[in-house]
Amino acid sequence: MNSVDFYNETLTSVPTERGFYPYEANGGTSLAIAGEDFCVVASDTRQSNGYLINARYAPKAFKMSEKAVLANSGFAADGNALVRRLTQRIQWYKHSHEKEMSTTALAQLVSNTLYSKRFFPFYTQVLLGGIDENGAGVVFSFDPVGSYGLEVCRATGTASALIQPFLDNQVEHKNVQFDDKPRMTLDRAICLAKDAFTSATERDMYTGDHLEIFIIKQDGITIESYPLKKD
Amino acid sequence: MSIMEYNGAAIVAMVGKNCVAIAADRRLGAQLMTVSTNFQKIFPATDKCYIGLAGLATDVQTLGEKFRFKINMYKLREEREIEPRTLSRLVSTTLYEKRFSPYYVEPVIAGLDKNNQPFICGMDLIGCSDASRDFVVSGTASDSLFGMCESLWEPDLEPEDLFETISQSILNAVDRDCLSGWGAVVHVITPERVITRNLKARMD
Amino acid sequence: MRDKIEIPKSGFNFDNYRRNAFLEKQGLSLPKPIKTGTTIVGLLFKDGVILGADTRSTNGTIVANKNCEKIHYLAPNMYCAGAGTAADTEQATSMISSQLELHRLATGRQARVITAVTMLKQLLFRYQGHMGAALIIGGYDISGPGLFNVHPHGSTDKLPFMAMGSGSLAAMSILESRWTKDLERDDAIELAKDAIEAGIFNDLGSGSNVDINIIEKDKVEVLRNYAKPNERAVKEQSYKYKRGATAYLKEYVREFIVTEGDAMDIS
Repeated sequence: MNSVDFYNETLTSVPTERGFYPYEANGGTSLAIAGEDFCVVASDTRQSNGYLINARYAPKAFKMSEKAVLANSGFAADGNALVRRLTQRIQWYKHSHEKEMSTTALAQLVSNTLYSKRFFPFYTQVLLGGIDENGAGVVFSFDPVGSYGLEVCRATGTASALIQPFLDNQVEHKNVQFDDKPRMTLDRAICLAKDAFTSATERDMYTGDHLEIFIIKQDGITIESYPLKKD
Repeated sequence: MSIMEYNGAAIVAMVGKNCVAIAADRRLGAQLMTVSTNFQKIFPATDKCYIGLAGLATDVQTLGEKFRFKINMYKLREEREIEPRTLSRLVSTTLYEKRFSPYYVEPVIAGLDKNNQPFICGMDLIGCSDASRDFVVSGTASDSLFGMCESLWEPDLEPEDLFETISQSILNAVDRDCLSGWGAVVHVITPERVITRNLKARMD
Repeated sequence: MRDKIEIPKSGFNFDNYRRNAFLEKQGLSLPKPIKTGTTIVGLLFKDGVILGADTRSTNGTIVANKNCEKIHYLAPNMYCAGAGTAADTEQATSMISSQLELHRLATGRQARVITAVTMLKQLLFRYQGHMGAALIIGGYDISGPGLFNVHPHGSTDKLPFMAMGSGSLAAMSILESRWTKDLERDDAIELAKDAIEAGIFNDLGSGSNVDINIIEKDKVEVLRNYAKPNERAVKEQSYKYKRGATAYLKEYVREFIVTEGDAMDIS
């Protein structure tokens, strides 16, 4: 190693580095449960940054068609940008094919859109819940760069670790040894979504304020709203 | 990776009606490799009080022995069994003594006091104790356990119902954590008896 | 040998230090202790001092305890609200509390607030900020009401109203707009409650309930959970399992021999 001349300032000075931090974590949680002929998608509406709440009502879940709802969690700006892009592509599809995009096709579109930004990704975990071509409830979950799969139930976001094992147990009856496992009804799915969120709100500081539940059935989508704790 | 995640653990304690339960998984790992599926993480303190230690396995065993020594010394000196609340102070000060060179463990204490009143308490690695009236969790699966317990737990569960609730909580929680699981053990402590059960769990 | 077992040397023990430094060098990150997150306030009013605190403690982004106690007992005429590393606030206040009691016994006089403040600041200064305790000390002694805060490095302030913790900005906005000299008792309690609630609702590190302590001349009132603005809603359904839902491989039962009649209480 060369000896450093401590009297010569130019040898020891280094150029100032500037960072570029294009992402932010805005917190929040979403879940989706698929039934035989329905699907439930639920999200809280709190948007936060660090110890601060940016907004108490900033929805993360959006109706994409008459049969599909998309829920984000992660970086809100990217989530919103993704939804806008998808909405436009869905419109184009509708005008050029004179029909609504099916939920399975929409899932592939979401995957392609996410992968198109493979090296500067949309920083968001996506859940897509809806009804497929056969009228069955489906849930697709995506990673930020478009890898996706079909599931029965899924939780994403800051409280995903809190909610997912609960859904495994209550929806898929994991670790329960009785045979008489009740089939999932719409009422039960809504109850589970509410309880999952009230529980997550207790322990995850990024989940709270309001809960929006999208109920997707063959004859359309309805939205229910419930208050969550605000602390 | 954090030191607390090196070996993996999941521990939970719950309060029921005149009873308490404490459960732990049985895995010992070295990061992602499973070394043993029969590792003790819950240590008996007295007849009606157990202490669970989650964290770095070497410290789990060192402290397990240290507390056995301290509990025995207490018994010899005082000519009575240590109360769960007293034990929690003993554990707390033992950990805080090493504030700047801590043992990497997060203990959970569960027991019945001399009036058979339930007592459970969790702690961080430097002895900040958190006595709870419902449940306490610790280990690498703590987030999953928090979610499970917060949803499943309800007040005044009978011992057999408490067993089902704590067992389902730990089994489903460890199935979503890759560093814990591989079997679980549950102790249900009542004024009359302690029921210990080894649960049937996924071994992956 | 006997001394070694029974009376540990005073001060901290650094036995694990080299091992822990080695583990850290291996690339294993250190775990974080539980923080209080916290909004705490203290304010003077006409006849004394009020301390207020929220009741949430956090472990990262997860709530570790929903109803913890952050206002600690120091002496019969003195309490201390703590923010920062939960174990440090707890242990620092309990150590000083025991020293104050010995001081009271040795001098035969009620301990003064400034004595407690000096002891705490000397303790914290000795550890150069490594004990992460930010404290608000309130009390009433021979020289009247006293309200001080101590920062983790050992500096102190004497102010008529103060807030600390991650929710201090939210709480201070309320205190700055409404605090006046010689507030009435009820108004002062309301002000403290509103300041804490501002922290509870606007700061993610603070939450759950409001604890209030009122310290006046020869009178202390502890209002644990004075306000509960965050009660959990009733669950939609019970998740009690049918017995036998969980499969187990082995069972051991330890029966106790329960003796009839009351045993002699020797504790």
